[in-house]
Amino acid sequence: MFKILEKAELNPSMTKMVVEAPLIAKKAKPGQFIIYRVDEFGERVPLTIADTDKEKGSVTIIFQKVGYSTMLLDKLNVGDYILDFVGPLGVPTELFNCKKAAVIGGGAGCAIAYPQAKALFNMGVDVDVIAGFRNKDLIILEDEMKAVSSRLFVLTDDGSNGVKGFVTTALEANINSGCEYDLVIAIGPVPMMKAVCNVTKPHGIKTIVSMNPIMIDGTGMCGGCRLTVGGKIKFACVDGPDFDGFEVDFDELMKRNAMYRDFEQKARSKDCRLLKQAEVD
Amino acid sequence: MPDMSPKKTPMPEQDPNVRNKNFDEVSLGYTLEMAKAEASRCLNCKNHPCVSGCPVNIQIPDFIAQIVKGDLDEAYRIITKTSSLPAVCGRVCPQESQCESKCVRGIKTESVGIGRLERFVADYHMSQNADNVVKPEPNGHKAAVIGSGPSGLTCAGTLAKLGYEVTVFEAFHIAGGVLMYGIPEFRLPKAIVQREIEELKALGVDIKTNMVIGKILSIDELFEDGYEAVYVGTGAGLPNFMGIEGEGLIGVYSANEFLTRINLMKAYKEEYDTPINKPKRVAVVGGGNVAMDAARSALRLGAQSVSIVYRRSEEEMPARKEEIMHAKAEGVEFRVLQNPIKIIGDDNGNVIGLECVEMELQEPDASGRRRPIAKAGSNFILDVDSVIIAIGNAPNPLIHRTTPGLESNPKGCIVVDDETLATTKDAVYAGGDAVTGAATVIKAMGAGRKAAKSIDNMIKSKQL
Repeated sequence: MFKILEKAELNPSMTKMVVEAPLIAKKAKPGQFIIYRVDEFGERVPLTIADTDKEKGSVTIIFQKVGYSTMLLDKLNVGDYILDFVGPLGVPTELFNCKKAAVIGGGAGCAIAYPQAKALFNMGVDVDVIAGFRNKDLIILEDEMKAVSSRLFVLTDDGSNGVKGFVTTALEANINSGCEYDLVIAIGPVPMMKAVCNVTKPHGIKTIVSMNPIMIDGTGMCGGCRLTVGGKIKFACVDGPDFDGFEVDFDELMKRNAMYRDFEQKARSKDCRLLKQAEVD
Repeated sequence: MPDMSPKKTPMPEQDPNVRNKNFDEVSLGYTLEMAKAEASRCLNCKNHPCVSGCPVNIQIPDFIAQIVKGDLDEAYRIITKTSSLPAVCGRVCPQESQCESKCVRGIKTESVGIGRLERFVADYHMSQNADNVVKPEPNGHKAAVIGSGPSGLTCAGTLAKLGYEVTVFEAFHIAGGVLMYGIPEFRLPKAIVQREIEELKALGVDIKTNMVIGKILSIDELFEDGYEAVYVGTGAGLPNFMGIEGEGLIGVYSANEFLTRINLMKAYKEEYDTPINKPKRVAVVGGGNVAMDAARSALRLGAQSVSIVYRRSEEEMPARKEEIMHAKAEGVEFRVLQNPIKIIGDDNGNVIGLECVEMELQEPDASGRRRPIAKAGSNFILDVDSVIIAIGNAPNPLIHRTTPGLESNPKGCIVVDDETLATTKDAVYAGGDAVTGAATVIKAMGAGRKAAKSIDNMIKSKQL
């Protein structure tokens, strides 16, 4: 059982939770993830670690309330316990000392991009952070990202924060204005990561992407998180979750991620356990 | 006088057309009369060849003699002198290629139903609710076991009986390994596995779930924490794929994923949140027990047609004979000497067919195996919406990737000394599928027991 120490709503669709898990906090490195299970009947859901506090023995997760199991997690409050919380899983991001890096986050992906930017920044790398959101109400971690970057670019799809565009708009503009990145890290929706790679590839800039496929055990056992990288089958849980963006078959991954869409919709319908519980509450 | 009837006392079973729609256990178990009748078929041979066929050397004629006498407690005591999980083994061991293959009765007629009798004794013991487990006197030494599958549990149980303070680390949220996630409820009820685990806990074994060793703690850190020996029983948890086109399509599962969603995550029960797309027309690729389990599970989820696609002939299938018979009776179609070459998908990435070729077997090669080769121009397409790949597993890579000094061979199997199961790292032992690649529950248990003895010898020798 893992106690929830803090909980905050970052925007209407995103929640931050700080969970007591001292052994995981001690070991976790940027890019690694945990798997949680809310209760006996719950799914096992992977979430990338957003931050850790080794002193306090806590792990921070930030999640978007998109599916049934994240909505179920969001029902828990400070002082409640999460039944299972296992990690740190996956291979840490290979953060190497380079001169100039762009760390790109899309929506909820910013929660994962932030620790990467922080680690690079603390290594002395000149870091540009480019963050994209659908509209200004969904912007998260603006101050945090500002604190760990030389320059922060925040864009919105609808221009409601005054800067209209996608993350690729800012990335292209920076490259065209002579910015020589040695490394780009892109974390967000799969189409965004694909679009970033399409920008960086002609320039030959090493681009790391973080994959978020469907998973069960997170230790290589089920093979559900497989994706094609460089023409070979790789498991995101033990070989990743980070991969060379130029090698990943994004189109296949997008289709695989839609595998349980019907099931998700059914789960949101009247029969769902969450709504039944809400009626009782 | 032994009963000389040529056939085994039949096992009562659920009707095939009823059981293929539920997840309840297929074999219902002997009654006391049936068990006594079967037990009296044993000749109690002087040199008891059956014992040599058992990887943990259960004193088979001795426990069977006790069934004839009606002393089932004594029968249980004899079995558990060398076996840790009798209710499990009685159900899932490939007896026909082990103990029962050596049975003298089997030369001319059917062998004694040793597995069925073992199961009977174990089930009787559980039904008595007799928690007379005596916690052994502690010997002051600590050992760690990584993985709570059959191998790890056996090693832990054996060490605990010798007085060791044993901690088992399990990556999943529940102990049991393949017994929980792999083997289906209808073949091995999960309540039975948990009962066996409770017996180990009563012996003093501490089980820590949600602990992925190699990630949260390294083996070296376990030694720093005071453990004097480590047993690695992490199993063969890395599913193989065929490497053919279309394996990334929606509707293609590794057998591990398909079975885990059903067995461990209970996707077949309404009250669980686990998603699974219920397939209608299924092809299962492979001929082992896991393939049979996946095929029979697919039927139970409501599939209209399920085929086993296997590139050799039925004779070469590695599955237990009983599983093959059960699968056939339940309506699984066997497509032997056929090999998949491509999985076909629609524009949305859903499986709509499996392209196969017909195969023929060549004359046996130097190793005695008849290699299958494709017949030119024999391609055809199976109309399926799901393909389950059950062609085996490689050892799980987490431990050897994260443990300096622990050698493994090019296939990923941990290298050990055959006699002691010692690895290349001091005080670290390994066994089961992590060493051999995918094999059987009982072989993994045999290794767990052997390693426990080596660990005990090692620790005693240090005290001298």
